[in-house]
Amino acid sequence: MSSLLKIENLHVSVGETEILKGVDLELRQGEVHALMGPNGSGKSTLAYALVGHPKYEITEGSITIDDKDIIELDPAQRARLGMFLAFQYPVTIPGVKVADFLRHAISNVRNPDRKEGEELMPMRDFRKELRSTMQELNIDAEFARRYLNDGFSGGEKKRMEILQLAMLKPKFAILDETDSGLDSDAVRVVSEGLKKLSGPHMGVLIITHHERLLEYNIPQYTHVMLAGRIVETGDAELAQELHNNGYAGIRERHPEAAAEEEAAKETTTV
Amino acid sequence: MATTEALNTKVPENENAEVSIGEYQYGFHDPTDEYSFMSQKGLNREIVAQISEMKGEPGWMRDFRLKSFEIFESKPMPTWGGDLSGMDFQDIYYYVKASDRQEKSWDDVPDDIRKTYDRLGIPEAEKKYLAGVKAQYESEVVYGSLREDLAAQGVLFTDTDSALKDHPELFKEYFGTIIPPSDNKFAALNSAVWSGGSFIYVPPGVNIDFPLQAYFRINTENMGQFERTLIIVDEGANVHYVEGCTAPTYSSDSLHSAVVEIAVKRNGRCRYTTIQNWSNNVYNLVTKRAMVYADGLMEWIDGNLGSKLTMKYPAIYLMEPGARGETLSIAFASEGQHQDAGAKMVHCAPNTSSRIVSKSISKDGGRSSYRGLAKVQKGATNCKSNVVCDALILDPESRSDTYPYIEVEEDDVAMEHEASVSKIAEEQLLYLMSRGLTEVEASAMIVTGFIEPLVKELPMEYAVEMNRLIELQMEGSVG
Ligand SMILES: Nc1ncnc2c1ncn2[C@@H]1O[C@H](COP(=O)(O)OP(=O)(O)O)[C@@H](O)[C@H]1O
Ligand SMILES: [Mg+2]
Repeated sequence: MSSLLKIENLHVSVGETEILKGVDLELRQGEVHALMGPNGSGKSTLAYALVGHPKYEITEGSITIDDKDIIELDPAQRARLGMFLAFQYPVTIPGVKVADFLRHAISNVRNPDRKEGEELMPMRDFRKELRSTMQELNIDAEFARRYLNDGFSGGEKKRMEILQLAMLKPKFAILDETDSGLDSDAVRVVSEGLKKLSGPHMGVLIITHHERLLEYNIPQYTHVMLAGRIVETGDAELAQELHNNGYAGIRERHPEAAAEEEAAKETTTV
Repeated sequence: MATTEALNTKVPENENAEVSIGEYQYGFHDPTDEYSFMSQKGLNREIVAQISEMKGEPGWMRDFRLKSFEIFESKPMPTWGGDLSGMDFQDIYYYVKASDRQEKSWDDVPDDIRKTYDRLGIPEAEKKYLAGVKAQYESEVVYGSLREDLAAQGVLFTDTDSALKDHPELFKEYFGTIIPPSDNKFAALNSAVWSGGSFIYVPPGVNIDFPLQAYFRINTENMGQFERTLIIVDEGANVHYVEGCTAPTYSSDSLHSAVVEIAVKRNGRCRYTTIQNWSNNVYNLVTKRAMVYADGLMEWIDGNLGSKLTMKYPAIYLMEPGARGETLSIAFASEGQHQDAGAKMVHCAPNTSSRIVSKSISKDGGRSSYRGLAKVQKGATNCKSNVVCDALILDPESRSDTYPYIEVEEDDVAMEHEASVSKIAEEQLLYLMSRGLTEVEASAMIVTGFIEPLVKELPMEYAVEMNRLIELQMEGSVG
């Protein structure tokens, strides 16, 4: 049985401001969905709410995995249930080696009952797996010994996210603009990487502005977000259309949301 | 880093958070009814004289102590640094002797005391990677060893009291010359009531490949420990000295006030590593100073965990051209603790260089301050000095301050100073947690990473110990 991530009527606020205003979305293991929408429409907010960022408060609605409500779970517990986010802006953690961090992460995610201080995954097995995964993704083995994202280029950071995805093998992977800010070679590497990794065991939600990632990973569904709501859902062709023509058509078809978008812009620029 | 290659060992893959331990684990104490001597509480001329008499010291030392006591009394309490208002000098035992003899075999050390050191892992460490050990329990050293080949080369490693008896000339040439009693109130106090500590002499050209370690243990409530350490590294010689310290957890305070004097001769090298882990009822007020001569190198590596208040600013005086000094310090202040620590570099000669790297971590309302001085005297041209301090604050209740002082009397000097303060960003925690690390694991990992650049300077065993202590501090309180 494939697992189901179900988002119903999700409202999310940061501080006093409501950003998501009722989002519904179902992502099944094995499916690929694209999430598009203009800057500031709330795509990253949805991603953060899904992994449990403490700043993003859920005021209404639910998130379930196979009917289990996960809203009360912290990010670590959600990760153990198979949630993963490739961050739009991965943070730097000085002094923490990629390999040490990943070994820890894997030990927890693969053994959800593991308690603090208990055995980590055996070093040999871990090293072997890390090395071969890095090779597969064309990442220099030397990165394992570097400090997490410390001094990494934009492309290197994004590849590091893909490496973590490959090692952690989540049930649900959200990629937040993993293809942004990269040169075309790097975009290709990331797109091919994801294609290799996805399959029947992974549900993927791709947040993107570009077509390359979607060419390699053709979505069954495309969702368009505007002013904190999913205003349209279509297939791969919708993604293609948005890519060619931008969001003018969407705004025309959804004047109320477009007006809300305008209003939000004004309050933030004042 | 060009200056620290000599004793460097690589730190292994970080195995942190595999170890799980409770609270401060050295808080236990032993019975004291079998002790051979305990002075009455409080301090006056008679007690000072009594200490000297019990030790059978020469008249000059007795006079030195009494003179120092006068200086101590005449100096006001420092009003800067930490809060010393809770310090009651009359509520302290100044001299406590648990055992009458210093032993050369652990088997001969009284049971309770030996068990304590067993629990601290000292005999084990001695077998594995130390060239010599001194164990001080209360006021006196109860155990001492030195590898035979080093003794044969003329290396001296004894407690300071024995050095006064057995090597009076060498002793007198240096003792009290690097830190005179008049230096500050606590140096005066130590000079009046000092007992124990390490005395090390490394003859010219002798390179001691493994560390010499001293371990200081306070056991009695309201105890004052005043060890006095003197290290002389002769020309072209090299030594790494390590000290560790713990005490039981009591509800009332103890005082640890050491004086450490070091001379590093031409081309000599000395590395002095402290891993202090006092319980939270200890005032730790320590004066440490090294004088370095031509092309010599002094390194202080200072790990300050625990204690109620620590005030400690290891100093290096660069006396002749080519002398170098380096201080790396880590301070960890948790609930009810204030770490006021830093470094002092004084460039007295041309072509000298110094570097200070300080990292502090504050959590659960703890406070850490960096207080440092970089000074270049007139005539000390072409000097280089580099100061970097980073503070990590783990929660809004905690605090960190930086007090850098720079005094330069020459133009031709390269001075750099950088300071940064970071909070454990929510984003860092979220990132690690979103990969499955618990909040405790994630914070510990961030902190361990923060101090990694310093910890990797330590020999492996101490790096492991340091990481373990940091984890201990991190446990339980997060989340
Ligand atoms: N942490 C935050 N603090 C304040 N405002 C935020 C925060 N995160 C998002 N927002 C606001 O929410 C809206 C949606 O942002 P975001 O989810 O990042 O959009 P997208 O990813 O679609 O570009 C924007 O108006 C943005 O300014
Ligand atoms: Mg975004």
